[in-house]
Amino acid sequence: MGNLTKHNCKGRLIAVEGLDGSGKSTQIYLLKRWLELEGYKVFFTEWNSSLLVKKATKKGKKARLLTPTTFSLIHCTDFADRYERQIWPLLCAGYIVLADRYFFTAFARDAVRGCDRQWVMNNYSFATLPDITFYFRLQPKIAIKRILDGRPTLKYHEAGMDLNLATDPYESFGIFQGRINDEYSKMAKRFKFQIINAGRPAEEQQKLVRKVVSEQIDLPAFKLRVRGRL
Amino acid sequence: MKFYGKGLPNLNPKDLLGKLIVIEGADGSGRSTQIRLLTDWLEGHGHATVNVGLKRSTLVSNELATAMQGNILSPITLSLFYATDFADQLENTIIPALKAGFIVLADRYIYTLIARDLVRGGNPEWLFQLYTNIALVPDAVFYLDVAPRFLIERNFQKNASLNYWESGMDIHLSRDIFDSFLKYQRKMKAEYRQLNERFHFEIIKGNRLPRAISLEVQMKIEKLLTE
Repeated sequence: MGNLTKHNCKGRLIAVEGLDGSGKSTQIYLLKRWLELEGYKVFFTEWNSSLLVKKATKKGKKARLLTPTTFSLIHCTDFADRYERQIWPLLCAGYIVLADRYFFTAFARDAVRGCDRQWVMNNYSFATLPDITFYFRLQPKIAIKRILDGRPTLKYHEAGMDLNLATDPYESFGIFQGRINDEYSKMAKRFKFQIINAGRPAEEQQKLVRKVVSEQIDLPAFKLRVRGRL
Repeated sequence: MKFYGKGLPNLNPKDLLGKLIVIEGADGSGRSTQIRLLTDWLEGHGHATVNVGLKRSTLVSNELATAMQGNILSPITLSLFYATDFADQLENTIIPALKAGFIVLADRYIYTLIARDLVRGGNPEWLFQLYTNIALVPDAVFYLDVAPRFLIERNFQKNASLNYWESGMDIHLSRDIFDSFLKYQRKMKAEYRQLNERFHFEIIKGNRLPRAISLEVQMKIEKLLTE
């Protein structure tokens, strides 16, 4: 039950995880640019972005129709759509697939919302474990401050308002992020996260990320063989 | 009532006072006729009744319909879309009605969803976990058993054509829709038989007059209501 396994495709899967405001999207963007400029086969995919499913998710979120169970299932559907159509075939084709958030995001959020952990893990068990998972660790206090400083209107689900943690969205966001952080901490060891201190300067973090990637992945094998523009 | 598995967050199944009755069977097995007759009978006896079925959730039914038209979803995605539709109706229709003491008549339930995916090569353990954790155990499941060769006649009588999905054309059993329908429905029947071992259905001979079937089902429900 909930058995997560690793693929044996030619490709490699790199995922980034961390709290909102941890800077993980910037880091994976910089990693992608580097790999592209070096001429490797790269594909980038982002959480919650399948077009067909997005419409339903948006409607559900807007009308607040979602319960913890449907919230979990609809995100799993979105993930499955991207997984079956892109992530998996590209891994088979020998690409380096970069994922901005992977199923660990769902494990953390759905557990905080009260879904059964084993159930959630089973639902995602059609997907492979990543080859490398970078976890951008940052004190929730600092992550929250980064978000609140930049983008003062919080969305309902983003702030975890559906959990009735607090009537004030900012306060709710803080408590919610704290709980998500606890879930990540619990997973870090079990899933062998590569922990990056997200409190350090961005350049320093990126250097470390690139170092880990070149040590753990035989990059020359991923050079594009197609010459010129298609 | 109880769940097959761990259940839903923040819900005590003891608060569910109503009854959940499921009618299962292939397309053309007479499910909708039976539901209509049962609704009349139950309401006639003063029982508040609610009907639910697959692909009727406000959350995803439109998107699901679009996806089926274009055949654009991969198998696991489609399973999860159906599971979302099921969970949405479970939480927003079935459970509130059961809390209020209604009788819920479900036109198909998780068994059809599981059987369809099994026929398409889905992983049984994954499917059982996906659905049984969140699904309520119905008070009764009536499976209308009709041989595929009769199903064909009934479908032609109703629509003068066979449905693409109900003929399993997506899994390429045959290029000929007539042949494909028979093969597909036989496979579905075999899956239901397997599921019966696990979930225990009341098997009802479906190739009879609707009134006769309804009387048999009514007697069984009556017993259930007086228990």
